Parts: sequence; C-alpha cells; structure tokens
Amino acid sequence: MRYSGLKVLAQGVMGNRGWRPAWRTPAPKSEYDMIIIGGGGHGLATAYYLAKNHGITNIAVLEKGYLGSGNIGRNTTIVRANYFLPGNSEFYSHSLKLWEGLESDLNYNVMHSQRGLINLFHSDGQRDAFARRGNAMINQGDDAILLDREGVRSHLPYLDFEQTRFPIYGGLLHPRGGTARHDAVAWGYARGADQRGVDLIQNCEVTGIDIQNGRVTGVQTTRGPIRAKKVGMVAAGRSGQVAAMAGMRLPVESHILQAFVTEGLKPVIDHVVSFGMGHFYISQSDKGGLVFGGDLDFYASYAARGNLPMVEHVMEAGMTLMPMIGRAKVLRSWGGIMDMTPDGSPIIDKTAIEGLYIDCGWNYGGFKAVPASGWCMAHLMATDHPHEVARRFRLNRFATGHLLDEEGTGSQHNLH
Amino acid sequence: MRLSCPLCGPRDRREFYYYGSDDYLNRPHSDPQADASSGGWSDAWEDYLHLRDNPAGRLRDLWYHEGGCGAWLAVTRDTSTHQVFDVALVVDLKGKAGS
Amino acid sequence: MRVVNKGQIDRSRPIGFSFDGRNHVGFAGDTLASALLANGQRLVGRSFKYHRPRGLWSAGSEEPNALVTARQIPNQRATMLELYDGLAAESQNRWPSLRWDVLSINDAFAPFLGAGFYYKTFMWPRAFWEGLYEPLIRRAAGLGKLPRSHDTGRYEKAYAFCDLLVVGAGPAGLMAALVAGRAGANVIVADEDARMGGRLNAETIQIDGQPGDQWAAGILAELASLPNVRLMPRTTVTGAYDGGTYGALERVGHHVAAPGADLPLECFWRIVARRCILAAGAIERGIAFANNDRPGIMAASAVRAYLNRWGVAAGRSVAVWGNNDDAWRTAQDLAAAGVRVAAMLDSRADPARAKGPHDFPVFTGTQVVGSRGRHGLEGLQIRDPKGTRMLACDCLAVSGGWNPTLHLSCHMNDRPVWREDIAGFVPKPGAVPGMSVVGAANGTMDTTACLAEGARAAQDCLKDLGMAGVDVDLPQADDGRFDISPLWVVAGQGRAWLDFQNDVTVKDVQQAARENFASVEHMKRYTTQGMAPDQGKNSNMAALAVLADATGRGIPETGTTTYRPPFVPVAIAAMGAGGRGKGFAPERFMTSHLPTVERGAPMIEAGLWYRPSYFPRPGETTWQQSCDREVRAVRTAVGVADVSTLGKIDIQGPDAAAFLDFVYINRFSTLKPGRVRYGLMLREDGHVLDDGTTARLAPDHFVMTTTTAAAGLVMRHLEFVHQALCPQFDVRFISVTEQWAQFAIAGPKSRDLLNSLLETPLSESAFGFMHCGEVRLPGLTARLFRISFSGEHAYELAVPARYGEALFRDLCARAETMGGCAYGMEALNVLRIEKGFITHAEIHGRVTAFDIGLQGLMAQKDCIGRAAAQRPGLLGAEREQMVGLMPVDPLQAISAGAFVFAQGASAQRDNAQGYVTSVCWSVTLSSHLGLGFLRDGRARYGQELRLVDHLCGVDTVVRVVDPVFFDKEGTRARG
Repeated sequence: MRYSGLKVLAQGVMGNRGWRPAWRTPAPKSEYDMIIIGGGGHGLATAYYLAKNHGITNIAVLEKGYLGSGNIGRNTTIVRANYFLPGNSEFYSHSLKLWEGLESDLNYNVMHSQRGLINLFHSDGQRDAFARRGNAMINQGDDAILLDREGVRSHLPYLDFEQTRFPIYGGLLHPRGGTARHDAVAWGYARGADQRGVDLIQNCEVTGIDIQNGRVTGVQTTRGPIRAKKVGMVAAGRSGQVAAMAGMRLPVESHILQAFVTEGLKPVIDHVVSFGMGHFYISQSDKGGLVFGGDLDFYASYAARGNLPMVEHVMEAGMTLMPMIGRAKVLRSWGGIMDMTPDGSPIIDKTAIEGLYIDCGWNYGGFKAVPASGWCMAHLMATDHPHEVARRFRLNRFATGHLLDEEGTGSQHNLH
Repeated sequence: MRLSCPLCGPRDRREFYYYGSDDYLNRPHSDPQADASSGGWSDAWEDYLHLRDNPAGRLRDLWYHEGGCGAWLAVTRDTSTHQVFDVALVVDLKGKAGS
Repeated sequence: MRVVNKGQIDRSRPIGFSFDGRNHVGFAGDTLASALLANGQRLVGRSFKYHRPRGLWSAGSEEPNALVTARQIPNQRATMLELYDGLAAESQNRWPSLRWDVLSINDAFAPFLGAGFYYKTFMWPRAFWEGLYEPLIRRAAGLGKLPRSHDTGRYEKAYAFCDLLVVGAGPAGLMAALVAGRAGANVIVADEDARMGGRLNAETIQIDGQPGDQWAAGILAELASLPNVRLMPRTTVTGAYDGGTYGALERVGHHVAAPGADLPLECFWRIVARRCILAAGAIERGIAFANNDRPGIMAASAVRAYLNRWGVAAGRSVAVWGNNDDAWRTAQDLAAAGVRVAAMLDSRADPARAKGPHDFPVFTGTQVVGSRGRHGLEGLQIRDPKGTRMLACDCLAVSGGWNPTLHLSCHMNDRPVWREDIAGFVPKPGAVPGMSVVGAANGTMDTTACLAEGARAAQDCLKDLGMAGVDVDLPQADDGRFDISPLWVVAGQGRAWLDFQNDVTVKDVQQAARENFASVEHMKRYTTQGMAPDQGKNSNMAALAVLADATGRGIPETGTTTYRPPFVPVAIAAMGAGGRGKGFAPERFMTSHLPTVERGAPMIEAGLWYRPSYFPRPGETTWQQSCDREVRAVRTAVGVADVSTLGKIDIQGPDAAAFLDFVYINRFSTLKPGRVRYGLMLREDGHVLDDGTTARLAPDHFVMTTTTAAAGLVMRHLEFVHQALCPQFDVRFISVTEQWAQFAIAGPKSRDLLNSLLETPLSESAFGFMHCGEVRLPGLTARLFRISFSGEHAYELAVPARYGEALFRDLCARAETMGGCAYGMEALNVLRIEKGFITHAEIHGRVTAFDIGLQGLMAQKDCIGRAAAQRPGLLGAEREQMVGLMPVDPLQAISAGAFVFAQGASAQRDNAQGYVTSVCWSVTLSSHLGLGFLRDGRARYGQELRLVDHLCGVDTVVRVVDPVFFDKEGTRARG
C-alpha cells in the first residue's frame, strides 16, 4: 500500500478502516539465503538495502523483542555529518545523502528535519579544533559555517552569553544537520524490507550460531533452528553476547547513555544545539518536547537505565547554557545500551568465520548512521567486499593501529 | 548508585571514576630486548587493551576513588541489575596474585 | 460551587486569584483546581491535537487536562497548585481564548488526523517539509509556552539519609511510619500532597470510630513529635535508583505569595534509604465511551475529593457511574452533603452493593454510551437492558477501577504482574532491592487491610535493619469490600477517548493493531498513547485492554510499557539547581589572580583555571600590540608569568626513579639530584598522554610537572600504574599543585632579576640549564628550576602558595624596572610556537612520540605505551608528522583550522596532506608561523604546499620547515 496525502484523505472519508498492516507477521522458514540478527535500525536497513540494492530478498531479520526495540527508539534523534577523520567523513557524508532522500525512497515520512546543528566552542583552542572540523566537512563536500559570538547570538538569542562559566566564543553551524523521528526510521525500513519480501520475525531470540569447519551454517533460535549461508550480526549493545555465540570476543564494552524529554512546549528551540564543555545537546521535537542528553553514565551496563549523578550533570549543563529551560519539566528519562569501541568508531566487517559478518560499535552515534550502515553492511554481505565509504571500519584496526579516534581519548571504551 | 570503598565506607557514585573491566590488571609482560623484532605488540596486548567479555551479568571492573582516598577498586557487580557483590582494593588483589 | 459544612478549607481566609485574567476568590486550603471548580469554571484547558474543550479530571498530580501557566512556568497542574494571594494562572494551547479557540477547527478534520497520519503524508514536494509542513505542525503542537528569558527562580538540591523512607502518607504509609518511628528508626515520610493523610482527607471513612482525616491528624501529630521522624509534605519521590538512592522533588515556595529571596521554589532531594516502603496509593481510571472527554466528566474519586476535602460540588446534578463498589461512595457522599445525584449507574448487572434503600435513583446493568454539551457536560446517553435514553446532568463521576501507583517499583526494569480480582497490575515483589510495597499501591483495596499491611511491612524492615519491633494496635476502618467487574470501553458510535492529553481514541489503538503495530510499545509510539505529560497514568490501562482485545491476547500477555523516572515531571531548574551561571563548574584562581586583574589583564578559562590573556598598557588598542610587546620583552629583557596552573606532583620513595622510568618513555633513574629532565608520557595505547619536566630534588624525591589540562588525568594515571601494575614499588606521590605558586622568569635579564631578589645571588656557573635546587629569598626558602618554555635563559621560581601574590607583585615591579613586564597566555603561546614546543593543540590524543619526532627518547626499557606504540599503523611515512609551516608571504596570516594540500590540488578530502594545529604572528621573526601535521612531514622540509581554510577564506602557499623556527641550536636557553 502506497502512502500519500490522497490516501490519508480517502481513508479518512472511509473511516480509516482500509489501512493494511505495515508489515507481515511471518513464521520463520527453515532456511534463508541470509539472516540478520537484530531488528533495530541497522539490521532493518541492512535487510532493506540487501533487497533493494542487491536483489537479495530471501532474508530473515530475527528480533528478540519488537522491531526497533533498541537504540533506534531510544536516542536523541540527531542526524549530522560533521566528522573530522577520513574514514568517518565519507561514511557519514554518504549517510546524510541517504537521509535526504529517505522519505521518497521509503515512501514513509521519517520527518527528517534539516534545521541546522550548532556546536558551540568556548576557547581559542576549541575554535581552532572546530574550524579544523568544519574545513574537513567542506573538504568532504558537506557544509559548515563558522559563527562568531554574535553569529551564535543571532541564531540562539536565548543562550546565556553573560554569566556562563564557559563563555561562548562562537559555534560551528552545520546547516544540513538536524533531526528525524526515530521510530519512523525503523518502521519505514521495516515496511520497505517487508514489501520486498524480507521476513521480519519478532520475538525470536537467537540462542546459538551454527558453525561447521569455520563456516557459518545457520542459527538456533527460540523458534527453532534456521539455516543460512550468511549471517549478519547487527545487535548494537548486545553484540558481545551475540558474537560470543560464535566464540568471538569483541573490542566492545556496553555502556548506558541516558536521554531526557520534557513536557510539550510551543516552539522555542529551532536548532540542534551542542554544548561540548558540558556534554549537553538539545533539540525540540515536532511534538514540542525538548529532547536532550549528555554523556555516558560511564560504567559498563546493560540495565538501559541510569543514575542521578549524570542526570543532574546534564540538567546543570542545560541551566548554565540556556537558563530559560529551567522552567521546562523533564517528563521522562531513559537509557540505551551503547556498544563502545576503543576508538569511538564503528565496525562493519567480515569475521574470521566464513559467512559471518558484523556491524557494531556505534558508540552513541548510531542513529544518524543507520542508512549508510545498512547500505554498507548490505554491500559487504552481498559482495564480500567492504563498501568504499566503510573500508576503514575494520575489526582488526585496533591490532594494526589504524585507529579512528575522533575524540583523541585513547583505548578506553567509555571515553568516546 | 553507591559503592562501599573498603577504606572510606559507602559513598555516592559521583566520588568515583570508572575505568573499565579488570582486564586492565593483566598487563602483558613486556621484554624490551626481545621485543625489538616483533615490534612489542602481541595478541596479549589486544586482549589487554581492546577485547572484552562484556558480560550481561557478573563483571569485575575498576573504579578509582578520585573524590576520596585515591584507591583503585575492583568492584564485582552485575551489569544487568547494578547489584554490587564485592569491592576490593586493587593493591590487595595484586598482592594476592603475587605480582 | 461550595457546599456548606464540608471540607478542610479555612473559610475565614479568602484568597484572591485570577484565571485567564478574570478575578476569583477561593479559600486557604484550596488548590487552583478546587477554587476554579468552586467558582464554576468547568472549562480549564484544550487538548493537544484537536483542541477539544477539557475540564478537570482528577484532583492529583496525574491531572491530564488542567495544565496552566503561572509565574511564567508552563504546564503546571491546577490540582497541585496551592492557592496563594494574587495567583495569576493562564490556560494554554488556545488562541485567541480558551472558549473560542481557532484551532478547534482541527476537530473537524479528525478523520484525516488519526493515528500516525503524518508518517504517510507531507512527503511531497520534499522541500516543503522544513519550509511549510514542519513549521505548521510545530506551531500547532506543544502545550504551554516557555519564555525565552533566563529563568531566575531559586532552586536547590539536598541530600538526606534515613533508615526507612516511606513514600506516601495515606493509611498504609502512616502506619508504617508510626511503627518504625516508635521503634526509633530514622524515618522520612514523603508525600506529594501539602496535607498528609492521602485518601483519608478525601473520603468519609471512619477509623476506630474517628473520621479518617482526624485519625490521620492524630498519627501525624505523634510522628511530628518524634525526633527521629522527618515529615516531608509537598514532596514527590520521583525515581528509584541504585543503592537505595531515591530522587524526590519538594515544592518549597510555590504556594507562597511572595517567596523571599532565600526561599527556593523547589528543592530536589537525593534520599539514601536503607529500606523503603512504597505506599503511594492508587489512581482511579475512567471508562472510555463516546465523547467521554467533555468538561464535567470526572474521576469519581476526584468528585469525592472536591466534596469532602474542599467542600466543592463538582456539579449541580451529578451522575455517578462505575463498574465497582467504590463508585457508590461518591453517590452516597454527594447525597449526604445535599448535592443532587441524578442517578447512580452501575455497569454490573446485579451488584450486591445495589441492595437496600438509597437516597438516589439507581440503575444497574447500565452503560453510558454518549454525552452532549459543547463547553461542558449537559447530559448523558445511557443504555440499559431496556434501551437507550438521555439523562440530564452537568457532571459525571466515573470509576473504572483503580490502578496501583506502582511506578517506583518498576524503575529498575521489573514489570508488574496482573491481578485479576482487582483488574489491575500490582508490583512484582522484590522488584527494587530494599523496597516493599503496601496498601493500594500493592492492590490492597480496603483500608483496614492497608493499615495492617503498612504496620507489618515496617516490622519486617525493622527486623532487616536489626532493630527491635514495637507492638501497635491495628486500627479498624469501616469501608467494606471491593468488587469490580472490568469494563474498559463501551462499544458504540463516535470517538471514545483514552489519552485525553494526546487525543488518542479507541479507534486509534484499533487502527494501530490493524496496521500490525501490535506490540504495546509499537502501539504507544505509533498512536502517542501515554506519551503526554501524565505519561498514561490515566489511560494506559484502558489502551492496553483495547489493544489486547484487538490483537486477541489477554492483558497480561500484552504487557505494559516501561515505567521510567520521573514519576511526575520535574523542573530542569530543580535537578540542575546550582548549575546556572558560574555554578556549573568550580573556578580555580592563581595566587596572582588579584594583581593580574588589577593590571587589567583579561582572564580566560584554562580548564577550570583562569589565566591572563595579556597585560594591556596605556596606548595599546589591540591584544596583538600587548602580545607583541610582551614577546619582545621576553626576547630582549625579562618577562614574568604565573605558571602555577601546571600540575605539580611530589613523588617520593626508594623506587621513585624506577617508577618514573616506567611511566615516562625516557629514563629518570639516570637523572642526577639537582637536575631537571623533560619527560614524555604515553597512554598504554601508545599515544602521547602528557609531557613536562620532572626535577630530582634528592635521590628519592622528585617533583613532576604536568600540563595544566592533564594534571588530574596524570595523577589518576600514576595511581593506577602504581596500585594496579607495580604495587611492589616503594613510592608515594601527592598533588602539590595548589601548595606551590610558581613563576616563570624568562629572558636575557632573568638572572639579573632573580639575583636582585635572592639572598645569595647565583653565579654564572652555579645554576646551569636544567638545574634545580633550593634558594633563599628574604624570609623563606624557595625552589628554583632552570627550565624554559620560551627558549630564553629562564627560571621557574616556586614558593609556598601563601607567598605567591606578594612574589608576583615583586617580580613584576622588578621586571618593569629592567624593561621587562608580566606576560600572558598569548605571548606564552607565541614564544613556544617560535620554539616548536608542543601543547595539547599538538598532543591532541591521536599523536605518538614518532609523530612529534620524539621517538628517539624511548629508552630500551619497558614503559607504559611502549608495546602499543609499535603497531604498524602508528609508525612510518603514512603518519602525519609535526612540522613548521611558514607562509611564503610572511605577512599572510594562516589559521589553525586549515588543511594543507599539494599545490595545484583541489581542496578536498582525498587530497589533504595534513593540517595546522597552532598559529601565531611572530614579532621576533616578522612572519606568521604555524605548527601542524603533515604526512611524512619530516622528509618534506622545503616543500611548498597549498594551505586552505574554507571557513575563513584563506588560500595561500606555505613552506614546510623544521618546527623549531627560532634559535634551533638552543643557545639562548643554555647560555
């Protein structure tokens, strides 16, 4: 069923009784060409692009819970392509281009809103670093504008320019940066994959990975064994457990990242604002809630919930940056499980086991990466060669020293 | 969240700095003379610095009582429930290991 | 309107307030909600999507409809706002007025605006999304308006510790507190109401023959008299966190007409409790039927609360409808108070409760199927086995049963369990370590049992805590049993509302199920059910039931969505109290701060420190002029700079040298006492952690300096290396950064300046480059280090911090008599760039010793980072190595954000050869200079490259040179 304004009108007139399921609920078959473990954003996008770009449709996506039950529905919805290092630059640039065509590609309104992202800086040194980043973005073909203090004020007049502990020197504006409706991305990819024949199997937990003579042959699940010649592990924060079923240890530590939303408010914050000194970032959803977050809680965890020290730190950062938000009330807080790598960059690679692939290590930047991650993982699984824009996301780069450490904080998983 | 520092007693989480799993205690032996040919890097270093069991369950990890006594602590806890089973001084563990 | 002889308000104290500009009068003890209801204001808000007229639904913090703005704070529940003189409340989400709201036109288009409609449209043409559709949606959405002015309200945070935290001061909570309090435990009782007692204040229940509210008042008086019990009214426990930590929001000043300057509006508490008893009661739910959202349709318990507590009749003619026995109390209380009860409707065919004579008409087996009344209820359409007819009334009190307020018990991920007999979820025992749940929150619906449960839970806690229990008599209440026959939705024409705030209807949930959004989380996210300010407290259960029905599952299999903190919305200002302005981070001041500021130096942030940017002199109009003068002074005379912000770590012990050999790549065991050496420290992953000089004061005594930025990090690192990796080393260290004030004295005349100060002047040969030792100043012993970050003959003089200010003043004065001056960070930066010395602009975390040309320092010994630095990716020509960059035109400024490319190459990523990290105008060399990193840079000295900064419009040619621009041989520093 194709969606359109006309369809909404027609269905409205007929009492909205004609809407059909967005995806089927198939029973798992005994064998597929490929299996994707993980029905989150990355897994669904992988399945979608396998079907769309490579014509491979005999695929099952196996999801332990419900589709999109992981970080895709639990993030601060920021979409950007503002990286510094080669390897990351071209990948996120590619992803942003996919975002820009996503609605028409998926025939699903993911509400991608390019409202502009402003990264604030608070010293000459930070300005230099952001200028360097901005130049890297332009070198890559993306957009960046360096704002001075008055430039920031013209965009964000409500910031505290006078009293704040770390005065605002300026900001790097990324006009094409913005937000999207996170759940809709999962649903759009799910619907698109389903329409192309992919079986999306919910409430189906993978309990084992079958390997014979160094080659993957299928998986064991709570709904029985399923055979496949190629299996992709796309399990984000749970990657460690999935990989362990194949006898692998990953360079990943899982951490909590909390995020927050306020009660609905009339439009007041029109951009995505990022305050590096306080590890604070904020935007306003189309529904009116202020969506914001900060840094990790910093201790390894699968609890998907955090503790007060980081909650309070995030609120304090908001108060020093934009004291107006003091009157807004936090409605809900939540936590996601972040797959943190030793250099803060992801992994899309083959494993030592033939037919077994991995896509993980998204740290806390996975949402914006969803389109390109799916695109590149699909390319890898279909062709056995890394996609050009993801060729540096190797599993062995920590051993070889070909690191992609944007933050420059080194091999401590929680510092990225 | 609270941890019981063996030296200071139960304290709020915000007094502590988190490092990572206790893999960081198992620094590979390094012989600078012998290393010259191999470059000094080995799989043991990859295990030490990068690869993690990353369990959803019981884990021993390293915390530093930065806002307190300055002791490094090995905390045994559950990463799914945040239950804390044991807090030990790293220096005591290293003593027991005989290193 | 008010009912005589009812309520706990003080009719002798009238209070004036306004709503949407109209003045009204209420009484002390009123909430805004009760006062509005007393004044006949039924329409209090507009819904989110369709702008439907909405009235009060509840009397508690779960209120979905009566959200108002007061004191510029949006989205405040009228039910929780205590009336104060001059309270001016405004309704929200309406224009131009609450009664006549233009966007109520949306309601006419409701068929096209159902669940998830926006995912299916607004996609064409693409450019219209940001330009047209989204701005329209954003403007229509949202509730209250947040002013863009800075919030200046006062908020605080605090800690509290107790043996037992009791959440909720209803019958169960009060009994728990009484038992624990009498036993001597430290107890905190937190209740979100201003008046403790819970439902006892809202009901006519008798306990031990006393009216419930009076019984509660008696218990509260005893609790208040116990020194070990702390009563915290107006305090909502918002979240359960690990280790027995609870977040709680106390509303301190909201109810005060003119809070003094020292009275916060709110205080956010972190309560650490060894045990917790959750006695938060239950929240009544409605029943969905067509047009069940009209003003005047209220929770039955709220109608009773307004009557019994505030002496307000919610209508002139009230119909009561329920599926359980509890609803009957409403009709009884109303009739007893003389309010006309239009009818008592019970959906059950033959409830036992219906027997006996009643003072009002009773209809059983009856359902409400519709309502009418535009801005307020005028009548109901009711259906019983005999047929459908109209019932005139202006208020409907509905009871669909009670949902235990179990939220806190689910904050640690456990899901609640279904209990068929009360048709509700109850907490899973043990869901939160240390927490027990009692009373209605635990699904216990009769008061006598609640009282007993509270007492028993407290006795159990006392036992857990190792304290002796106490005997108490268990009181008896007169309310009877609770029977319920679930009824969630009345089938019929028209829209039946579930989530009043987000305008979610039964049909929306059914449509979601039809579209296979069958998981409860999918349904929630697709329809927005339960995502509004009440977080589904009023509606999630019914929505679950509809979904369960639509998908052919039971309610328990369908499950709940996740309960997340906070239980009620909490102001960012409360949880972020103290963060505003400078409060966000500590401020660190050098001992020279005052004289520095007196000299007019602009102070800049360096980590948490403040350091002078430059010291302006009369006639200088730009920072560059001051900076140039300061650089010249250092190069030709003498300059003085406070360098105390650098980390200083005192290291002592027999193994101190061996320890330093392990943490630095170069050796310190070979350093003689009285000498200083530059050291480079790696992270274990082979990248540079920090650099600095370390002095050996004695064979077993070193003083290490770190960079300002990395002082804390290095200290932590040293502790780790020692405790975890080499505990056998007999060495101890401590940060002495704040104990010593340290000043750089740099320039050809530095020795002269120093000698003018020392009791015994230094001879030419006595104190060579990289020497250190103690010297005597008049009245004190100081430490002197012959080190240089400027490339000049220079010293650093360290004195105990208490002498810092005086010494700085003295040094500056002496320097000025010698043609020198104090210098700031700008000059310091120029001086070090001219010499190719690195800072964290260069050692930015991705840089190795190889990259900065210092791999030669690495001695043949094990050290932190040695092995990892040998990885192939961190060595070789592919690496970007540090170089100097000089513009071919020396007057052409270059910028620290620029990239370099081969000449003729286009400025794009594939062609980038390197980048610039630091730049300055060198007055010494009359040229702009840059430090940067260039692929295989050390092999490319002399090459000319294209330097591009797109952002600043720089595109010029630079020459690659050795990073030491000035005095390559280092003769000035040594001489």
